[in-house]
Amino acid sequence: MTQLIRGRVWRFGDNVNTDVMAPWDTISQPWEEARHRVLHIRHDFVDGVRPGDVIVAGRNWGCGSSREQAAQYLKNLGLAAVVAESFGRIYFRNSIAIAFPNLACPRVSDAFEDGDEIEIELETAIIRNLSKGKELQGQPYTPEMLEIVEKGGLMALLKERLEAGRL
Amino acid sequence: MAMTMAEKVLARASGHDSVSAGQYVTATVDRIMAHEAFAACCFILLSNGLSKFHDPDSVVVVIDHWYPAPNVQYARVHAACRQFAEKFGVKNYLGGAGVCHQVLPEQGFIRPGELVLGTDSHSTAYGALGAAGAGIGLTEMAWVLATGSLWMQVPPTIRFRLTGRPGAALMSKDIILHIAGHFTTEVAQYASVEFAGPVAGAMSIASRMTMSNMAAEIGAKFAFFAADAKTVAYLRGRVEGEPRTFGPDPDALYDADYGVDVSGLEPQVACPDDPGNVRPVSAVAGTKVDQFFLGSCTNARLEDLEVAASILRGHYVHPASRLIVTPASCQVYLDALKAGYLETLAEAGAVITASGCGACPGSHMGILAPNEVCLSTTNRNFKGRMGDPESQVYLASPATVAASAITGQIRDPREVWSGTPLAEGATR
Repeated sequence: MTQLIRGRVWRFGDNVNTDVMAPWDTISQPWEEARHRVLHIRHDFVDGVRPGDVIVAGRNWGCGSSREQAAQYLKNLGLAAVVAESFGRIYFRNSIAIAFPNLACPRVSDAFEDGDEIEIELETAIIRNLSKGKELQGQPYTPEMLEIVEKGGLMALLKERLEAGRL
Repeated sequence: MAMTMAEKVLARASGHDSVSAGQYVTATVDRIMAHEAFAACCFILLSNGLSKFHDPDSVVVVIDHWYPAPNVQYARVHAACRQFAEKFGVKNYLGGAGVCHQVLPEQGFIRPGELVLGTDSHSTAYGALGAAGAGIGLTEMAWVLATGSLWMQVPPTIRFRLTGRPGAALMSKDIILHIAGHFTTEVAQYASVEFAGPVAGAMSIASRMTMSNMAAEIGAKFAFFAADAKTVAYLRGRVEGEPRTFGPDPDALYDADYGVDVSGLEPQVACPDDPGNVRPVSAVAGTKVDQFFLGSCTNARLEDLEVAASILRGHYVHPASRLIVTPASCQVYLDALKAGYLETLAEAGAVITASGCGACPGSHMGILAPNEVCLSTTNRNFKGRMGDPESQVYLASPATVAASAITGQIRDPREVWSGTPLAEGATR
């Protein structure tokens, strides 16, 4: 069964790095303090973002550090997904590990504006702009990645295997 | 079937005769490196009911990102790392021996052909010794600690053949900055890199480490140099047994094969706020600098301190600026002390700090104020990386940083130095 994600779009550009998603000194801060600094390069973002919103970004989203907080903070803010043209590889793996849907989709950047309504079929990676009536084909997760995301992340999978005595 | 270095490592690690780019495998990890993130990894494992590692002897724990602890919060993280290391039976707890990417090779934990995963994006550095080093996040690390393996996609490989005659003051940092600028910071996205060619062969292990380390900035998953006689000489006495050479099959398939001729290459500088925003030093000469930083896993090895000392000998850091020197490890510190480099740098007015990551990620020992400018030997100059979001970071080689420190502004190191560690036999 295909999981459908629907939400309001926030647009970001190319090469948005982990350091601006999760500034270094926020890593030791409680979430209530840290949240005000997430993606500080766009001043209206943190106060305007609502649970269920979706980020549409350009190339190399999440380049840089291995800090998992970059993906975790976005998930904490209630974002439902990120669709980007490409990803920094560690960020991308981290997002899978914590079950935060992130899909790559070529040319997605030009297909959306701020505030557009997006629909994502998680299994098939079909991306629709409901506001503009466009459809794009993203790169689907492999069955293994999809399993991790749908089970709720690597730790949920680990727990399941532990309980089944398969570790 | 002919294989690249990445394919060879992942074939062996996943129990296949051969694998090829694009294939998904479950790979057994030979060496696991965790820094301060170790505490969080252990915490989430325990909270999921897991109290045992798959193989504690494969794990090395290093405390480097906030060492020595700058505040109570990190003192508690460090204390948790020590307690968890003991609880989970990790013998290889190296405490504050320096930056992980210097300490693991230095203490013989990295071997050619092995798969090394670390909780740090610059784990690509281990490729300098022919190992497949890659960074992962803390949840994946928790999985690896529990299971000893991880799913991986066999990456395509991009080869950079380094040729030509390195000019005055050129360092390997200039070459990797040039690659990031010319080929973009996405050229190796999801791919493995092999640095090859005569210039790569002539490089010292320290110079190779700089390039493999910074390959994280061009998106690389792994960043290999073939393990050759030089690698073997470096490893002998550090690892158990006789080290072996390791390289790609001669007819391995590359996704792309780029020639990089370093002849006439000018020293390079990455301008704010991206490691790919690279210009020749002459284009930014004269930029006023508040803080000079010679440190990090990229460029604070003995070779780097030697270059800086030879440039700063008999000179003084400009009074309007400051120079902070953070040796990559305690061993480097000691070697540089004995060689007189630290004395020379101190006489020139440098502040010499304890080993660790220090100012590089904005941890401590050199945080920038709003609108301050830093010229740094580190690997990243993202907005706000080393302090206030309105501060600016330029990246350059140790030679460029040392030469610029004298005038307090960015300066072509060729004005004061005609050496290069890249010439065959120039240094270690």
